[in-house]
Amino acid sequence: MIASLLAAAPALPLGEAGKYVAGAFVVFVAVLLIYFGIMAAKLQRMERELAELNAALEARARAGSGEPVASGEPR
Amino acid sequence: MHGKRLRVLSLATLAALTATFALVFFYAPLDADQGFIQKIFYVHVPVAIVTLIAYVVGGVFAALHLRTRDRAWDLRSYVVIHIAIIFNILGLVTGAIWAKASWGHWWVWDEPTLVSFLIVFLLFATYQPLRFSIEDPERQSRYASVFAIMAGAFVPLNFMAVRAATAYVHPRVLATSDGGMPSQMALTFVVAIVAMTLLFALMCTYEITSKSTSWQLRALRRRLLGDEAVAPLGRSAAPAVDGAGTGSAPARPRGTAEATS
Repeated sequence: MIASLLAAAPALPLGEAGKYVAGAFVVFVAVLLIYFGIMAAKLQRMERELAELNAALEARARAGSGEPVASGEPR
Repeated sequence: MHGKRLRVLSLATLAALTATFALVFFYAPLDADQGFIQKIFYVHVPVAIVTLIAYVVGGVFAALHLRTRDRAWDLRSYVVIHIAIIFNILGLVTGAIWAKASWGHWWVWDEPTLVSFLIVFLLFATYQPLRFSIEDPERQSRYASVFAIMAGAFVPLNFMAVRAATAYVHPRVLATSDGGMPSQMALTFVVAIVAMTLLFALMCTYEITSKSTSWQLRALRRRLLGDEAVAPLGRSAAPAVDGAGTGSAPARPRGTAEATS
């Protein structure tokens, strides 16, 4: 598929102008990658915290402490 | 609540960005005047347009916050301005790259469009420090909303003033009295604007989902493990949200666990 795309692509002038165009698009993609990387790290942290809370909930249920077990809803 | 919306938005954004890149490099013709360098405009201009509109939207959300006292609007205003600042930086950098390629300089101080865009950026760059400097969450959200309204109103005024200036040399991408773009370029440009708008909406939704989920986890942790298991809140520029990420959140003293949940 990539080969056919490249074959269909026009001859791009990758000389003086090309490096600036490439630079602009690389900056755009890089900013997106950094942003979504940060969001992914936050998501991982939340997943860890959720697993920790699930473990605490299970431990509490096993211990049969008599306290009401949270349904998972915060309110 | 945000799961399905996020999935749909993510797929739509991915499709729109892929279509934009494909159209830019495989469909849109080379500009007769600028040649290949003009391809930068398909990123730079939509990003700049979305940035300016987003600042105004942030101001509208801030007005809704002041009107309704619903802190969900403050969160939305904060997130929209936060993402708009990222887009603004992207617009400045891609613009500087185009300027270097076209004019031979990274920055030109006597060009009104460039300088006004920088002024707008600097104005909104003070939004986060302003929020951070106010410790009381209630005052923080109120003052930040007033700032967002005033700064948001400045954006269209600034834009109109620059458009009205006669001694400009910045290229006009959208239709002018001399005629618009060829249809292939116009289609590519419209798709690029749609893609950037979707990208902006996606990033805002990610931010709001992340913040509300984080607060839900915090509330859940306190319910399960008690107050001592919840780390005290530090000072933050971000608004406090309740567990669901919508509705009013109670004012909370900084440096302590939140008052209620």
